[in-house]
Amino acid sequence: MAIETLVLGAGQEVGKSCVVVTINGKRIMFDCGMHMGYCDNRRYPDFTLISPNNDFNAALSCVIITHFHLDHVGALAYFTEVCGYNGPVYMTYPTKALAPLMLEDYRKVMVDRREEEELFSSDQIAECMKKVIAVNLRQTVQVDEDLQIRAYYAGHVIGAAMFYAKVGDAEMVYTGDYNMTPDRHLGAAQIDRLRLDLVITESTYATTIRDSRYAREREFLKAVHKCVSCGGKVLIPTFALGRAQELCILLEDYWERMNLKVPIYFSAGLTIQANAYYKMLISWTSQKIKDTYSKHNAFDFKHVQKFERSMIDAPGPCVLFATPGMISGGFSLEVFKHWAVSENNLVTLPGYCLAGTIGRKLMADKRDKVDLDPDTKINVRCQVHQLAFSPHTDSKGIMDLVKFLSPKHVILVHGEKHKMVSLKEKIHSELGIQCYDPANNETICIPSTHFINAESSDAFIRSCLNPNFKFQKCSSVDISNSTTIHRNLMPELQVEDERVEEGVLVVEKGKNARIVHQDELLLRMGENKHDT
Amino acid sequence: MCTCLNKGGGFHFPPCHMLNFCGIRILLDCPLDLSSLIVFSPVPTSDWLPFEESSNTEANGFLDSRVGSGKRHKIEKLLDAKSLLFAEPWYKTVNNLHLWNSSFIDVVLISSPMGILGLPFLTRMKGFSAKIYITEASARLGQLMMEDLVSMHVEFRQFYGPEESNFPAWLKQEELEILPSELREIILGKDGVDLGGWMPLYSAADVKDCMLKIHTINYAEEACYNGTLVIKAFSSGIEIGSCNWILNCPKGDIAYLSGSNFISAHAMPFDFHNLQGTCALIYSDFLSFSDTQDGEDGDSNSVPTADKLLPAGSQDLAGFNYNFDENSEEKKKLVFICSCAVDCINEGGSVLIPIDRLGTVLLLLEEMATSLEASDMKVPIYIISSLAEELLALLNIIPEWLCKQRQEKLFSGEPLFAYVKHLKERQIHVVPAIHSHELLINWQEPCIVFCPHWSLRMGPVVHLLRRWCGDPKSLLILEGVLNLELALLPFNPVAMKVCQCLFPSGIGLQKVKPLLEILQPKTVLCPEELKPQMNFSSEKSFSVLYYTEAETLKVSYRKGSLELKIATDLASQFYWKRFKKEEVELTKLKGELLMENGKHHLVLDSDSKNSLSNRSLIHGGLPDLEKLMAALSKMGISGVIENDTSDDAKSQTLCIIHIQDPYKASIEIGATSTNITTADETEVSFIYKIVDDILDGV
Repeated sequence: MAIETLVLGAGQEVGKSCVVVTINGKRIMFDCGMHMGYCDNRRYPDFTLISPNNDFNAALSCVIITHFHLDHVGALAYFTEVCGYNGPVYMTYPTKALAPLMLEDYRKVMVDRREEEELFSSDQIAECMKKVIAVNLRQTVQVDEDLQIRAYYAGHVIGAAMFYAKVGDAEMVYTGDYNMTPDRHLGAAQIDRLRLDLVITESTYATTIRDSRYAREREFLKAVHKCVSCGGKVLIPTFALGRAQELCILLEDYWERMNLKVPIYFSAGLTIQANAYYKMLISWTSQKIKDTYSKHNAFDFKHVQKFERSMIDAPGPCVLFATPGMISGGFSLEVFKHWAVSENNLVTLPGYCLAGTIGRKLMADKRDKVDLDPDTKINVRCQVHQLAFSPHTDSKGIMDLVKFLSPKHVILVHGEKHKMVSLKEKIHSELGIQCYDPANNETICIPSTHFINAESSDAFIRSCLNPNFKFQKCSSVDISNSTTIHRNLMPELQVEDERVEEGVLVVEKGKNARIVHQDELLLRMGENKHDT
Repeated sequence: MCTCLNKGGGFHFPPCHMLNFCGIRILLDCPLDLSSLIVFSPVPTSDWLPFEESSNTEANGFLDSRVGSGKRHKIEKLLDAKSLLFAEPWYKTVNNLHLWNSSFIDVVLISSPMGILGLPFLTRMKGFSAKIYITEASARLGQLMMEDLVSMHVEFRQFYGPEESNFPAWLKQEELEILPSELREIILGKDGVDLGGWMPLYSAADVKDCMLKIHTINYAEEACYNGTLVIKAFSSGIEIGSCNWILNCPKGDIAYLSGSNFISAHAMPFDFHNLQGTCALIYSDFLSFSDTQDGEDGDSNSVPTADKLLPAGSQDLAGFNYNFDENSEEKKKLVFICSCAVDCINEGGSVLIPIDRLGTVLLLLEEMATSLEASDMKVPIYIISSLAEELLALLNIIPEWLCKQRQEKLFSGEPLFAYVKHLKERQIHVVPAIHSHELLINWQEPCIVFCPHWSLRMGPVVHLLRRWCGDPKSLLILEGVLNLELALLPFNPVAMKVCQCLFPSGIGLQKVKPLLEILQPKTVLCPEELKPQMNFSSEKSFSVLYYTEAETLKVSYRKGSLELKIATDLASQFYWKRFKKEEVELTKLKGELLMENGKHHLVLDSDSKNSLSNRSLIHGGLPDLEKLMAALSKMGISGVIENDTSDDAKSQTLCIIHIQDPYKASIEIGATSTNITTADETEVSFIYKIVDDILDGV
């Protein structure tokens, strides 16, 4: 018995997460993501490795999506509508609600802005979502007779889940992205102690250990406050889902405490709509936020107003949330062009920016001239503040989770190659657990647990439930012969409670293995007990 | 073993059972019979005070009116507003539950928000330590309902003042005897034994304490009690968060089927697929019975001929769950009620709707708002309830327990219920109490009011009913009140129009049989009421047992023998012995027995201090003397057999082998034991090995 893990994406890299696991004949695809860094066929996982003749319905038992980020769900519509996978797709309720937003947004960016050929249409996204079965946390789903899956809270973004899968006696967990420390609006990852053969975990921060987030939050708020009190404008380019709500809760709270009246704007479209979803999905957030539902839903932002394009050059201080996060185009770039020229203004940058984006350029050479395109240069005079929040767990969190679950094997995905190597060694040396870091399109095969089934008699179970103490006196001869230290270690009276020993496993030809109590065995054999 | 403690009564009073499963005592639901509140009078108002005198004369007044009449048969006539009990109400719990020592209950399963209402009585008892499982949605709704009950009850406490004694006057035998028979029957039950079930209401602190003791679970989450019992909840459809249960233990599984709806306009519908193929099924849906009793259900006549509906069972399983919108019957009723309400408002009257089932209220609320919009009327809708604000907010954040159509709204980003929009547009006003400042400044008539409580004995509904009961233009919309006359008694004479609407709920008698045929349990436990209505005699796939209240049924749930799983690493270490002639292989077990998720596991012992040599072997039968002698001589040991010749019958010894060479030893063979005696230990183990070989020890 073995578990076979084929890494189609996120092997020694971040992007297009996709892992296909075969357990006792059942095949599960965990995540179906796309790589944002590529525009050619490298952006999608190589699905032909699953089934050379593209018969995915026969090849896969189910697809499981852990959360709505594009590097985890981006290829799903392509896989179901273009590649023709028709089987079940599982994700949590929030993921099912928010994933189409992400897919649609991406499609728009692809078609409208980059003028690329679209790989899937809006209708195909809708068709794809019809195949999705929404699950609740801890809901035990019987996919078919042998395959059982279950979602556990993962933090990271709303609706993110770690998935547990069980086929026969083999059990495994695929973590997706997770966060082991709670943030403003989400709780920390939560999972049961399980008897696992394999854990496949992300390792984005394989070597980083982060300090308290409160200091970083204070820094951010201070920078924002300083800017607006000087009459400056703050541009917060952000992803529409997750970071935007997190930072907004932070700002709302601060505005309330400091009694600030400066308006906070959300750029129209995705972000406003996203808040409507967050309001309904509030029970998937942290306990503190959850408790606000009845009196004032925390996602009913009091200070937030809608932003119109005409307000870009309006005077006076303000805070604006705009998409996309890395100023790679769209509205945030448009606003950036206007605001970057004044040193009064502030632009915040997310913790990680892809190469080639304005965000990346700002990180590299702050307050300098930035090329927008070959013809345009911008004289960046505004302040730049880099956010250091991340919804990913740090290396301590990964170690904690692996230690808590104590699986027999660990596979690392979703990280940078050299960092993964060091984490792999750490897991192996500190926890004594076999650890692998396969590259894309590699297969790892590990042995899995298998239990042998036997019937057992009532008498045996009953005798196991009753205490059965045996008292053994060490003979004095033994003691006098042994050393003094030994004598101290060996108490004179030894108590044993060996209950299982009274059982006998009987295998008769043509019958199931059966466990009986020793007394029963003799009865069956028609013989009396014979002590020697 | 299953004991039905109470069959309950309708939607608000679900049945209650006690189960003994795998040695674990399980209580299914702990409801409260709120319909019994009807025997009490609502809080009297100044112009409604029945007695201005002191409480002493009050009792006399009772006596006078009753004793004067004398004969029994006249009592019926005397049932008027004054015969209701003027006292702080007590609440009727499940009487039979008090027969059990609460500290012996291991597990409590709550199937619906209604099933939790009596729980604080239990949790506050000394020694109560059971683990309580309830779905998260039920827990939240249940908590709101209990808090609302406590807050509504405050009005009584303020009026009557603190209780003087633990034993109110109306509970006294002589007081009960002079009550009208209708009231007496409600208080004492049909058999006259229910008196012990009456309790004064729990406090807000009791509710809080109770909520701290519960353990909430999600839909289809596997909860494991003690490693032995695996509990899973699947939606039943009668209310948000309400569920049926699957219980699993190593010896078998049980399905508990509580009141269930195939279709629901708000809650996630009845999930029966997951209840298939259990050893036993407890059928406990009593909702269908009460419907037919009401005579509301026109189909009641066709029930005995359920046989002709048999083909329904062979239909596709999905045939059960059809869309709510297609269910025009219900929609028609709804539209009719709303048109009545609109007519009434057009005439200048107001509409009063006591909050009954949540599902109905939500339907009415949505339909009412749309029909007002359609007829372009600017009439305010008020919801007056301490729990309303939180309840309406709550309903919008638990999409996981809503029906499919509502879930679709989540996925398309719309609010789950239309009232969110109406609240924003201030078409619907939500206020906590009738004296709220917000209500007083906004109040305008005619209007539509939703408020608790459906018993018409407490809450804002009492005051509004008094205000409007004399107005023939106004309308009261009730849902399935059993005894309308008694319910309206304190408000007589009632001039306002009364409209009763009953939406069917429950599985429905026609569907019971096809459903059971799909579920395929080995044994079905049915309430005896089902016996005359259902013909199971032709049923071969499952056996049927009938239960009645306060009677224990024993069901064998054996599904063959117990299963035990042995880890491979352990199994590879087994030392097998083969018995050729019987083609049997034996091995002595070792390791550690674990109980996990209702399954036995045998795994490798973590501390392997017990080496094999240490372990005592077990032998069967007698050593073959000839073989033994041969084996001994083969090893170079010679001895003489001395048969036991003594006539002593008590002697267990059969024979003794005396060994002289190479050392002195004796082997004493008895009927059940063999003793080896030598001077040296190594010699003993040497001979022991030979004997062991002959005996085929395990």
